[in-house]
Amino acid sequence: MSEKAVILKTEKLGMAFGGLKAVNDFNIEIREGELVGLIGPNGSGKTTVFNMLTGLYIPVEGEIYLMGKRITGMKTHKIIAQGIARTFQNIRLFGDMTVLENVKISFTKDIKYNLFDTMFRTPKYFKTEQDIEEKAMECLRIVHLDDKALYNAKSLPYGQQRRLEIARALATDMKLLLLDEPAAGMNPTETSELVDCINDIREKFNIAIFLIEHDMSLVMRICERIQVINFGNTIAHGFPNEIAHNPDVIEAYLGEEAVENA
Amino acid sequence: MTDLRKKSARGAIINVAGILLLVLIVFMLSVTMSDNDFRRKLVPIMWHLCIFILLGTSLNLIMGFLGQLTLGHMGFMGIGAYTAALTSLALERAGLFDTGTASPILMIAVMLGCCLLGALLAGIVSLLMGIPALRMRGDYLAIVTLGFGLIIENVISNLPFAGGNGLAEGSASSALYKTGLGFSTTLQAQYVYFPILLTIVSVAFMFMFISSKYGRAIKSIREDEIAANASGINATYYKILTFSISAFFAGLAGGLYAICTGSLSTASFSFASPSIWNSTFIVVLVVLGGMGSLTGSIIAAVGMYMLNYEIKNGKWVALMPQFLQNLFAFPMLIYALVLMVFIMFRPYGLMGTYEFSLRGLLFKKGEQAIGGDVK
Amino acid sequence: MTDFLQQVIVGLRIGSIYALIALGYTMVYGIIRLINFAHGEFIMVGGYTLFFTIPIFTDSFGLPAWLGVFVAIVVCAIVGILSELLAYRPVRKKGNRMTALITAIGMSLLLQNIAQAIPAMGPNPRVIAEDIFQAGSLDILGITTNRTAIFTIVIAAFVMIGLQLFIQKTKLGRAMRSVSENKAASTLVGINVNRTIVITFAIGAGLAAVGALMYCAQYRTVTNTMGSLLGLKAFVAAVLGGIGVIPGAMLGGMLIGLIEALVTAYISSSLANALVFLVLIIVLLLKPAGIMGKNVGEKV
Repeated sequence: MSEKAVILKTEKLGMAFGGLKAVNDFNIEIREGELVGLIGPNGSGKTTVFNMLTGLYIPVEGEIYLMGKRITGMKTHKIIAQGIARTFQNIRLFGDMTVLENVKISFTKDIKYNLFDTMFRTPKYFKTEQDIEEKAMECLRIVHLDDKALYNAKSLPYGQQRRLEIARALATDMKLLLLDEPAAGMNPTETSELVDCINDIREKFNIAIFLIEHDMSLVMRICERIQVINFGNTIAHGFPNEIAHNPDVIEAYLGEEAVENA
Repeated sequence: MTDLRKKSARGAIINVAGILLLVLIVFMLSVTMSDNDFRRKLVPIMWHLCIFILLGTSLNLIMGFLGQLTLGHMGFMGIGAYTAALTSLALERAGLFDTGTASPILMIAVMLGCCLLGALLAGIVSLLMGIPALRMRGDYLAIVTLGFGLIIENVISNLPFAGGNGLAEGSASSALYKTGLGFSTTLQAQYVYFPILLTIVSVAFMFMFISSKYGRAIKSIREDEIAANASGINATYYKILTFSISAFFAGLAGGLYAICTGSLSTASFSFASPSIWNSTFIVVLVVLGGMGSLTGSIIAAVGMYMLNYEIKNGKWVALMPQFLQNLFAFPMLIYALVLMVFIMFRPYGLMGTYEFSLRGLLFKKGEQAIGGDVK
Repeated sequence: MTDFLQQVIVGLRIGSIYALIALGYTMVYGIIRLINFAHGEFIMVGGYTLFFTIPIFTDSFGLPAWLGVFVAIVVCAIVGILSELLAYRPVRKKGNRMTALITAIGMSLLLQNIAQAIPAMGPNPRVIAEDIFQAGSLDILGITTNRTAIFTIVIAAFVMIGLQLFIQKTKLGRAMRSVSENKAASTLVGINVNRTIVITFAIGAGLAAVGALMYCAQYRTVTNTMGSLLGLKAFVAAVLGGIGVIPGAMLGGMLIGLIEALVTAYISSSLANALVFLVLIIVLLLKPAGIMGKNVGEKV
């Protein structure tokens, strides 16, 4: 079996706010094409990890490597350019822009034309804009939102907004996709659609996905490996059925969902 | 040719036709109106309209598209005005040209050069200001830009060669200034196409800007800066870029102002100025027209200026009852009321974010986003 | 040296006025995160009220002039309450930050221009004939000052101490503090948030009235633009001290007053204003939370 490339690697990653240590000694390795889950009770530091990975927070200790390159503390937009994309726990769409425009935004960093081209509408400008239009529509097709391309993003129902966020992330042409509670607030049907969507994405692009989620059925279904975090510390990592039976994990969650699905 | 290009080409032809029509109208007016009326009344209005259109659209770039509030816009106009005036003075004293005798080509070259220099300097100052200022959040940015505007005013006042009334009529250096720029109405009439064409080109640039990746980028920053960064947009870069471009056009407007005004004094650009030449009035303009619609700013600029002109000069004012006359003596009160009414009940202004497009009007329904708010 | 101390007194006097006004800014900002641009105009309202009421007190009743301040406080409080109820609250409910800010600017513009348009107040400056504190000049340790300055500093100090006690010890004060921290949670513990906000506006505006009294005691003229520059500088003071923090407003006010006085005396008066704004910019760049403030980031 050929070793798949390591996309993401963190070493002893830590974050503190004032005196409070939010994340401590976080280590993970994610390879190409893997789907890894990050679970833990509310407030355990999961989103903080994502924020460190995408440069929203600067870690107080540890290192982050993306495909071997050190990205710790880099500015957000630069990290994105390196190949990480993310969605947010509370949806952050560009509400007053159209669905299509939301996706087109992610292409901005790759657009090569400048002010001169813009002002005089050179052939380069038109070719690039046409290109982006097509690519953006393609991203929308993957999440089945292409028919809503000209709608205002904020007019979409919740489930579709979540899918739009994913489409926007896809458009950044990433190697690693961070999904922050993509199924939050979804009913079982929508969750099923989401699972299909994620599977489609995995088939189409061979990307690594790092997933934060509370919906245990979803996690158990699609994650290849799971890392569990509580009060900032990693308390377990391994395969889904190992995690499901891990007493520390069950204790951390105080039972319910983990036990039901065990 | 790709689809987009065909659409754009068709649109461009129609827009050019529209512009030619406008120029034709101005020409017809100049020919049919009495020389006195045209020269004394209409021409100064046209110059001023061009200035306000430039000011309104450039401020809208920041307020409507980038979504930030700045209160020092007039400061950049001041920089442009003083730079243009002083440069022209310098050129004249160096013997390069003389207003009385210069050929049209030379005059236009001088005018353009001075305006561009003013605009450039305004852009550079805005760049320097923006780098620290744009790290701040909305309300702080508003106050900081206000502060910068006051600082600019203060600095210009204290410069020995410009300050206070340095370039005004009657002061020591003004005798020289009278023969620099600072056109009489005759000259204003002669060169009235200059501001018109300059404004058209500038506004065209702004339209191009906002319908490109730049426009999308700054709108995304307005909507959610964190998400914009997380989609690969370097928010700081685009913010500074937009500020500089906005200041550039404000400076350009300042250059035009210097050309058509006999004297300059910092009191004219002051934040506390009771006339319409202050930053707050431009804010009213932009809100009224619709933050996010350049067309709206143009309409609002023309509308508000003409309204103000009528209030100040209209013969009908004397016919009004006394207490209304008091009201009209202080038109800023009316504008303040207009601002309050709009911001409370119709914050998206007259046009919302809708851009008028001749092509859209003539051929098909405009490309409106579906499912948005009433716009 | 005495000259320097003299300027320090001047600085403290101006600073006291700034501090009183800055308190109003900081309280309102603390509770609704809005810079009330119209706060400067509350000062103006206070000033005009004094202009109208002082003659009534002194000529008609033979009472001391400074009693007019109580009327001014009431009038300013009413204006403050009305702005909140009629303008700020509706916009806060359905608008975003930017519309709220623009509303504040509009309010400021409106008040300034209403004052200008009413003939009784009119565009020309009005002079308050009375010497409000009926004070003469004073000579302490070789420094020449006047009783007005001492009164200003002392009264301001009393007001500030009183306010600090109010905020810390009373139920209403606690309510104000908790609403600034967390509106939603405050509602959950039974605090009437809307009412608290209105009261904050009233107190802030009332403080502006006291500030107006101090200002008029020294300068004796009221015009419709008297509030704008005063208000701006007071705002800088509030930011310098730490916006949203009450002791910060006091500290900031004094510092700005001292800076202004010393720069005017030793460098140039026209540069004083520019310098004050430079201070603002430097503070916002280096420590936006101000000297005594705490930084609250945005939750992602």
